[in-house]
Amino acid sequence: MKKTIIIFIFFVLTIENAFSLIKVDITRGNLDPLPIAVSPLHIDNKSEDFKSLKEKKLGEEISKIIEKNFKSTGLFNPLKKDAFVQKPDIAHLKPRFEDWRLIKAQALITGKIVVKDKKLKVEFRLWDLTAAKEMLALSFTTTPTNWRRVAHIISDKIYERLTGETGYFDTRIIYVSEKGPKDQRVKKLAIMDQDGHGTKYLTLGNELVLTPRFNPTNQLVTYMSYFKNMPRVYLLDIETGIQEVVGNFPGMTFAPRFSPDGKKIIMSFAKDGNSDIYSMDMETRVVERITDHSAIDTSPSYSPDGKYICFNSDRSGLQQIYTMRSDGSQVKRITFGSGIYGTPVWSPRGDLIAFTKMRKGKFYIGVMRSDGTGERLLTENYYQEAPSWSPNGRVLIFYRETKSDSKGKGFTAKLWSIDITGYNERLVKTETDASDPSWSSLLSK
Amino acid sequence: MSRGLIFSFLFHTLVIFITAMTLPFMMREPIDVPPIVSVELIQIKDKTFIPYAPKARKIIEKVKDDNKRVVSEQAPPSAKAKEKPDRIPLPEDKKETKQIVKKKQNPEEIKPQIRQSSEFEKEELFDTNEIAALIDKAKEEQAETQKKNSQITQSNVKTPFAKALSLSEEDALRAQIFGCWSVPLGLPYDKDLLVRIKLQLKPDGRILKAEILDHARMNTPGQSFYKILAESALRAVRICQPLKVPPTGYDRWKDLQLNFDPTEMLKG
Repeated sequence: MKKTIIIFIFFVLTIENAFSLIKVDITRGNLDPLPIAVSPLHIDNKSEDFKSLKEKKLGEEISKIIEKNFKSTGLFNPLKKDAFVQKPDIAHLKPRFEDWRLIKAQALITGKIVVKDKKLKVEFRLWDLTAAKEMLALSFTTTPTNWRRVAHIISDKIYERLTGETGYFDTRIIYVSEKGPKDQRVKKLAIMDQDGHGTKYLTLGNELVLTPRFNPTNQLVTYMSYFKNMPRVYLLDIETGIQEVVGNFPGMTFAPRFSPDGKKIIMSFAKDGNSDIYSMDMETRVVERITDHSAIDTSPSYSPDGKYICFNSDRSGLQQIYTMRSDGSQVKRITFGSGIYGTPVWSPRGDLIAFTKMRKGKFYIGVMRSDGTGERLLTENYYQEAPSWSPNGRVLIFYRETKSDSKGKGFTAKLWSIDITGYNERLVKTETDASDPSWSSLLSK
Repeated sequence: MSRGLIFSFLFHTLVIFITAMTLPFMMREPIDVPPIVSVELIQIKDKTFIPYAPKARKIIEKVKDDNKRVVSEQAPPSAKAKEKPDRIPLPEDKKETKQIVKKKQNPEEIKPQIRQSSEFEKEELFDTNEIAALIDKAKEEQAETQKKNSQITQSNVKTPFAKALSLSEEDALRAQIFGCWSVPLGLPYDKDLLVRIKLQLKPDGRILKAEILDHARMNTPGQSFYKILAESALRAVRICQPLKVPPTGYDRWKDLQLNFDPTEMLKG
């Protein structure tokens, strides 16, 4: 009996062994941009004003915007349209996958435009060319003038489907537009789409403006202005243009920022050479003091859950970054490296804090974990500061100044963006010189 | 009647003759030894010849003095030819190459291409060649004992117990897929990111069927990242095909499981 059991077990084991699969672990891949084909969206011939739509080449324009968005991420490589093998209308029905694979595309975007009852309907499909199947199909209806936004929303949806994180294309950037010689700069608040299109100026340029920041709904902006030579924090409604002073402080207020729920504004208030951090409730207008220290505490920024605040302070001698609970307790220094740290901004994902660092006459933009570990300096330059996060926490936008010569010429201030990996540093085009950028959250949520 | 019989007899004989002549050839083709052997042979000679030639010569000369009929594998062929022009009977030469071929299976001599591709693994620590050598030695021994026991003549095709790729084979496959896999960067690196794909392969390395093993996870709410990751892994496998599988032993690798896990990479 025992013998038979042993033999049986032996057989089971050997059979298991014989049929066990060969397993290979793949722990690395490449970070090369994904080749993607964006076919021009075709215009349905049942559309109203079919001729004028065709003349405007709306389908091509939308596909160009999508391509430009993807190119700017550094994660995609939109292929040249000369090599496209199928007409847009046929490809939208059913692409010939083998033919598209021949031009080395891995994903294909097709789409259709219809205008009916003076409404624009844009539908698109995302195809996985290697698996020969559809990955995503959506349509949007809007007023025809909104076509650029539709292009950005489509880009966001595709980006999300292919990378696993939300996009950041249907967003805006507010910044300080600068003009004129260095000692007589005219500074205005300006707002534009993230791709640099549709710039609008929100102030006239009579007063100096600094550090504009969006609220979570992107309708309000808080910023600092030198109105009547008194630097104070203001609130501006973008749609109505109404401005108001934030809080009734007897001195200078600066470095404002909204809380993640938009109910509070946090800022610095300086009096007699000392500055501390205060918050103001937007509804009740009640002001609360958060730090109370003889050192200069400034640049506060909330964590995305609103429970913590990071700020910079020179209480240890040199300016360093600290974190604390939002009521001001549990203050903890998190930077200990050589150099001066400033402008900390908590990532919308909550895992990282971006900052500016000055060391040996050079300026760096960097990121670190929220406990101060894992510091990574992403870019180094003569002068750069004020990083602001894209809503998905993947890209930072900041501004960089160039040195002027002995005659005061050659000075420029420009916006730049960089991926948190340190790759894909890009100049963000603006109509004028620009500084102090702030990225909005997604407009369509 | 008899004429018909004769014709029938002749015709059948002809058919049998043609079948007897052609069928064995058809049968023989697939059994042929793969041609790669000769390429590797040259590399071994080059490698062993360059660093060890001076020492080897001395040893060879000594050995020759002792016993003139012994031929060392390490001796350069040209030298042999010069010293012993009258010798070189064909059968002996054949034996010699066979011996070397056997030795060549020892993975101390991994193809240079494969070595390059295994650069990824180098950081990890130890001499993979040594281990590969040990494993393959073990395999050879296993194969030999099996031959003795069961008298199976086809070497590794029918060895159900040796179901694994050698390190070099695995490296080649891994390096190939590294190149094809575009890792989606937006994945949360603090979650379980293991995607297991079971493949059924054709003998040429193309994919017959690819199946995600934890398929249910693809549509689990809150796990949308898993779907994106699994799709990227499937894309990688499809782009890569035909996969770089060993030229022989189809039974061994016709079913293959690939475990994709980008956690380390995303953590940077």
